[in-house]
Amino acid sequence: MQYLANPTRFLKLANAVLPYIWVITIGLFAVGLYGALFTAPPDYQQGETVRIMFVHVPAAWMALFVYSTMALASAIALIFRHPLADAAAKVAAPIGAVFCFLSLATGSLWGKPMWGAWWVWDARLTSMFVLMLLYLGYMAIWAAIDEPHRAAMIARIVALVGFINVPIVKFSVDWWNSLHQPASVFRMGGPTIDKSMLWPLLVMGLAYTFLFVALHLVSIRAEIAARKIRQIHISEIGDR
Amino acid sequence: MKLILALIRRDLVLSYRQGGGAGSALGFFLAVVVLLPIGIGPDQQLLARIAPGALWISLLLSVLLSADRIYQQDYEDGSLDIMTMGPVPFEMVALAKSVAHWLSTSLPLAIAAPLLGFLLNLDPATILPLGIAMMLGSIALSLLASIGAAVTVGLRRGGLLVSILVLPLYVPVLIFGLSASQGPASGPEIATAALLILTAITLVSLVVSPLASAAALRSYLK
Amino acid sequence: MILSGGNLTCERGGRTVFSAVSLSLRSGELMQLTGPNGSGKSSLLRLIAGLNEQASGTLALEDGHGDLTIGQQAHYIAHQEAVKTALSVHENLAFWRDFMGGGDVGEALSAFGLSRLSTYPAGLLSAGQKRRLALARLVLVPRVLWLLDEPTVGLDSASLDRLVKVMAAHLGTGGMIIAATHVPLGREPDTRLELGASS
Repeated sequence: MQYLANPTRFLKLANAVLPYIWVITIGLFAVGLYGALFTAPPDYQQGETVRIMFVHVPAAWMALFVYSTMALASAIALIFRHPLADAAAKVAAPIGAVFCFLSLATGSLWGKPMWGAWWVWDARLTSMFVLMLLYLGYMAIWAAIDEPHRAAMIARIVALVGFINVPIVKFSVDWWNSLHQPASVFRMGGPTIDKSMLWPLLVMGLAYTFLFVALHLVSIRAEIAARKIRQIHISEIGDR
Repeated sequence: MKLILALIRRDLVLSYRQGGGAGSALGFFLAVVVLLPIGIGPDQQLLARIAPGALWISLLLSVLLSADRIYQQDYEDGSLDIMTMGPVPFEMVALAKSVAHWLSTSLPLAIAAPLLGFLLNLDPATILPLGIAMMLGSIALSLLASIGAAVTVGLRRGGLLVSILVLPLYVPVLIFGLSASQGPASGPEIATAALLILTAITLVSLVVSPLASAAALRSYLK
Repeated sequence: MILSGGNLTCERGGRTVFSAVSLSLRSGELMQLTGPNGSGKSSLLRLIAGLNEQASGTLALEDGHGDLTIGQQAHYIAHQEAVKTALSVHENLAFWRDFMGGGDVGEALSAFGLSRLSTYPAGLLSAGQKRRLALARLVLVPRVLWLLDEPTVGLDSASLDRLVKVMAAHLGTGGMIIAATHVPLGREPDTRLELGASS
């Protein structure tokens, strides 16, 4: 951790591993998509629309995973006061927000044939929606505060408070949903899911994870560059 | 303790003298309760069904609208600077100011809400549970509003941001508050359980809010 | 009691405001802080008050109250006067007395010639009177270190005399004052610190 905290060393390592990560990402997507589109059977109830699941479910996983990563980076930044952790949290947010949006959009697309409506206030969709708000709030903080140190501190607080909030929201929305819709409209199989569907789903999940790692590394690299440029500007102005 | 009381008293006096405390929040509350039946029609049965939810949402929004007043003035006129130099931890200052906000704004609203429920054909049997749930929930609402207010205190256009930031925090309070109020879908047992969970959320807010608010305010004072 | 700072560096927004500033101030001493705009006079005072963190360097109040931070043993008076316009003059001070654990409001008011205005809302005060109300906190609550950022702004000559008298009394009882100002403060400062001279 301490070793990687040095931006130069981090950049060196990131540049070294990135090509491999991209290759693995593409490979996993190829296998996962093949499994999802060709080998997995259509669902006996849902037909071909079930294939949306292979895009939708991993996106939802990632939305949560990225938020946790962001919160972890924020906690590290809060404890060790290292700017690289702030950068990691900052650039994770837009990526996570895209995953979150993807899961909402595909959920909505899936909802139309399943529920006959583009949007249903189903427990899962609702908590994803709240998660989207958390992402937007976090990004808005970075956008609204000019002073980088202050923005970093405030963003840490927002990320951590949001992280405490996520399970509470999840719990409350499940509660609320069970009150209002006693018979769940649609249950995704959980453990009853068939093997032929499970493995493409897991491969897709892994592919998304690697995609995130790759995008995250690229973004951190860009953020470090942006900070250097800012520093150069400041030193030019500072000399009057 | 004495100085915490002094701070709460000062904030109460200020909110009373400058108007805009409970007064304007109550006005907003009243506006929602009057406009709602006009907007959706005078169907008594429908109104009775949505009354608890409508009242909760009005309470939430009224508290949210008044949130920026918790720290804004003291930040701008330098009072917060001096409060960090007082003999108590700054977290206590944040807590005291949240309590003052609760006393001056959220609590009056929570008391008035069940009464305004008459305008929405609220079932008289739910007045008591609604009142209890709102009094308890309003503590959490003020505490969470404090986080939003502190996090945006130095921003020129913090209002919209406060809404985005605080809304996700208000979702659980709304859900369990409504459940505890014996809203349309819950019976007595569920209401009791929800009230307990609402208490737990309030306690969590009581711990998290002063820490987060004080940390945010400190970084704005730098 | 000695306030000593060594190699203090202050950063704001990634820019170094000042660096390698050292200072030392003993009981009964007045330090005058000078320097051009943007040299960090206010930042240094806020740093000592604990409102800002130094990027590097040390700061300590030796033989002070061990359990308290420097900020808790100091007064900080700056451009923002922390005066509530909706409260009366007396109420303003009474709050700070309760909050900071101070003494006699009447005495503090008379030290700055505000006794007559005691019951008026602070919103009616002129800029100079508001400044005096802020300065009255110095007398109201006894604290050893005074951090004054341009304390004389808006003061007429009579009020300036009052401030000089109050400062002399504070120094006489072993207090310490750091004042950022270019105005003569009625006595020769014991030390001067000029910021932004070299860098």
